[in-house]
Amino acid sequence: MRLLKSAFACYAYRNVCLSVICLGVASCSGGVLDPAGPVGAGDATILIDATVVMLIIIVPTICLAFWIAWRYRASNTWAEYLPYWSYSGRVEAVVWSIPILTIMFIGGLIWIGSFKLDPFRRLPANSAALEVQVISLDWKWLFVYPQQGIATVNELVMPAGTPVHFSITSASVFNVFFVPRLGSMIYAMPGMVSQLSLQADHPGRLWGTSAQFSGDGFSDMQFQVRSVSATDFSAWVAQAKSAGPVLDKAAYAGLMRQSQRVPPSTYRAIDPQLFQAVATQKIPPGPGPKPPNPRHAGREVSTGGKD
Amino acid sequence: MFGKLSLSAIPLSQPIPLITSGVVILIVIGVLSLVTIKGWWPYLWREWITSVDHKRIGVMYCLLGVLMLIRGFADAIMMRTQQAMAINAPGYLPPEHYDQIFTAHGTIMILFGAMPLVLGFMNFLVPLQLGVRDVAFPTFNSVGFWLTASGALLVNLSLFIGEFARTGWLPYPPLSEATYTPGVGVDYYLWAVQISGVGTLITGINVVTTVLKMRCRGMSYLRMPVFCWTALASCLLIVAAFPVLTATLAMLTLDRYVGWHYFTNTAGGNPMMFVNLVWAWGHPEVYILVLPAFGIYSEIFSTFSGKPLFGYRSMVVATMFICVVSMMVWLHHFFTMGAGAAVNTFFGISSSIIAVGTGVKIYNWIFTMYGGRVRFETPMLWSMGFIFTFIIGGLTGVLLAVPPADFLTHNSMFLVAHFHNVIIGGVVFAIFAGLEFWFPKAFGFRLHEGWGKAAFWFAFIGFWVTFTPLYVLGLLGMTRRLQHINVPEWRPWLYVSVIGVGILILGVITQVMQLVVSIRDRERLRDVTGDPWDGRSLEWATPSPPPFFNFAVMPNVEGEEAYWGIKLRAVESQQLSPEPQYEPIEMPVNSPVGFYTAFFASVFGFSMIWHIWWLAAVALVAAFAGFVGFAWRDVHEFEVPAEEVARVDRARRAAREALLERLSRQEALP
Repeated sequence: MRLLKSAFACYAYRNVCLSVICLGVASCSGGVLDPAGPVGAGDATILIDATVVMLIIIVPTICLAFWIAWRYRASNTWAEYLPYWSYSGRVEAVVWSIPILTIMFIGGLIWIGSFKLDPFRRLPANSAALEVQVISLDWKWLFVYPQQGIATVNELVMPAGTPVHFSITSASVFNVFFVPRLGSMIYAMPGMVSQLSLQADHPGRLWGTSAQFSGDGFSDMQFQVRSVSATDFSAWVAQAKSAGPVLDKAAYAGLMRQSQRVPPSTYRAIDPQLFQAVATQKIPPGPGPKPPNPRHAGREVSTGGKD
Repeated sequence: MFGKLSLSAIPLSQPIPLITSGVVILIVIGVLSLVTIKGWWPYLWREWITSVDHKRIGVMYCLLGVLMLIRGFADAIMMRTQQAMAINAPGYLPPEHYDQIFTAHGTIMILFGAMPLVLGFMNFLVPLQLGVRDVAFPTFNSVGFWLTASGALLVNLSLFIGEFARTGWLPYPPLSEATYTPGVGVDYYLWAVQISGVGTLITGINVVTTVLKMRCRGMSYLRMPVFCWTALASCLLIVAAFPVLTATLAMLTLDRYVGWHYFTNTAGGNPMMFVNLVWAWGHPEVYILVLPAFGIYSEIFSTFSGKPLFGYRSMVVATMFICVVSMMVWLHHFFTMGAGAAVNTFFGISSSIIAVGTGVKIYNWIFTMYGGRVRFETPMLWSMGFIFTFIIGGLTGVLLAVPPADFLTHNSMFLVAHFHNVIIGGVVFAIFAGLEFWFPKAFGFRLHEGWGKAAFWFAFIGFWVTFTPLYVLGLLGMTRRLQHINVPEWRPWLYVSVIGVGILILGVITQVMQLVVSIRDRERLRDVTGDPWDGRSLEWATPSPPPFFNFAVMPNVEGEEAYWGIKLRAVESQQLSPEPQYEPIEMPVNSPVGFYTAFFASVFGFSMIWHIWWLAAVALVAAFAGFVGFAWRDVHEFEVPAEEVARVDRARRAAREALLERLSRQEALP
């Protein structure tokens, strides 16, 4: 009984912590069918088009199935009984061609869509794209702005109407970089760099998340996304450059340690080689959990929710 | 002496696994003492544990599968309630426990729930439908079953001793490497899946050989029931794909145990290789499950429509087409890894092409009902529920095969809803339809109709109430495997999903009640004829339950739908075929080698998990010695005397006379 009580006390404590920190993410939500940029709109259009095309086929098919089943129910004495009818060339031709034609159409959609919306493809734009380097850590996101020489944790600020080109890697395990309302997600993988171009059309608050389970702290691997006007962005950069710590080796080593629900923060200066060093693993990947406690044979020390 | 194992491996500080373990241990002790007090051990040992009879092994596979489905369902209840309670709150399951639950749920449902049930059906049915007396390698078959059971035992042991993996059901490195997951959880996963994987491979080899080499006279390939075709396709996939899994997991094991670098972050390892390899098994695995399910539906649509299957040859072509193409689609599980547009296009199109095969099958089932006399008994209800559910699951599946759409829904709750839609709607509905359909064949009495129909409606409605909200949540941007939820707008959908789980619980209870009531009323529900559904394939030519030698005289097949032909001839000529000349039959002797090997395989797996090296060595040698000892046996078979065969078959013929009379009267009615 005492064990139970202490367990519940522990949960209650965490309850309070959680509710405070989650407010930021919770205040803004929206789905993938409510896109806030051209990539999301392109993806969503294809999703909806493909659904409509298939519904045209499957709704009649479902109706046909239930109509035939009902019409030829055993109790229906006026329906004809054809106990040997098991082949018809014409029906066969039709049942093969319906799915083949549908899939040919969908195949075209796949072909065109895959090339048009390839995440690695850069977006056409008048102004040059903003470069952002993304490093997924256990369990937070580090955004490095090489052109501005600043970095942020768990907050992505981007100018509206300007394409943003992300180079994405991981400093420990797999994650997926995903801002639902901006569209296409892509993996963050250690030792590899993925690329993604996104754009937000209007200023606003969005949220991003990891879409690949990455361990006990995964549920809080979310980040705020602020799309701001160009002038606000410059102001924000200037402000970020004026205050806050420097992202040097020591600071990065601290970030690599497992932690979660890290509040958003900025770094006023960065090591320009940092992203390359992480992606090429000149800086070795994150250390993982603390060494196992011998008192818990075979069971890992809890790394989630108790820091 | 005991490696990493010590008393602290028992989760004394965690109330949920502790209480669950206590209850499970009590139940196991209760069952074991009941068996001991009643003196059932000799019977169990002789008739079941050492049995090499494919029907007994099939039944044991199904029993294991049903138990594991219930275990996996308990995990599902916890996951859905946890997410509903943990909206801006921690819920009742901390991450280190919740992560084990969703990993165990996936592993158990696919590898220890659905797989044993599908393998059970194949074991039970293929020899009966092909008109032969056993599978090609009966003792090997028993080894296969017991190794699968050994894997299931290890997975469930992790609940009491140590922990299970916290990585998801496919343990992607680097998360599953020793650096990031140092506990025994992943090791439990690895050894349990490896040991049961060997068992599955054995069954695959067995069924392929049986279908290719052991059909009865006249049973040409194009006269085989469609279920046998799907079993063949599924087992070809097992033989092709399971070695890939074994090799992949062996490489991960080497990484974890001896510090090699196949999939590590550093020293030249590449975790993406694991993802490719594991899905090169994982996608065929889906078809390993669903193809036999298609076979089950084919048998049911044809039987309950009173007609041959429409487009039999189309069905065979579509099955083999799916079998081949399913090996070429694995990359659609990770379009979002940035493989490039051309690669994504190839795998997107190859994945959606599979829908051609399944689409053709759907239409063939629909046209099987055309011009039939459709009886809506319980198996048929499940099949109609399947048509509706699976078509929609197919739609969302094709959506996920379109890369740009997948860029929005990969790893989301939309994906979770999709694969439950096809696996529950496709495989689990087939399993319940099949259990209902062949239960009388296996046990000699039907299942209660009313409870069966109630179970179907609860499961069908419960399924849609549970998973429709998950589709919505996926489109709202919710990813899978969240231990708590930071977006309160998702709350209503999560609540509706819990209501659905409640309805599914009623479904499980009615299903159990159906079994209890049917056992109580077994005399009233007894199937005396051996042909309770007016069947069409050879298994219905045998009495229910069939004698251990299946057929007193090997059948001679003269067309498609072998048993339907026999029945028609009997009705036309108003008499059974003349009594044959009975001859003695050679049948394989029982063997404890399967149980013995699996016992030591379990010990071996357990000691590898806990690094008890000396015990692992002892167990490995002992398991291998079992095989060697077995190879030296002198007696392989025993003879069933002709008089015994004649006695059994005359009883069958007497029942058939009665059936013939009844059928003739029915014919005369209109």
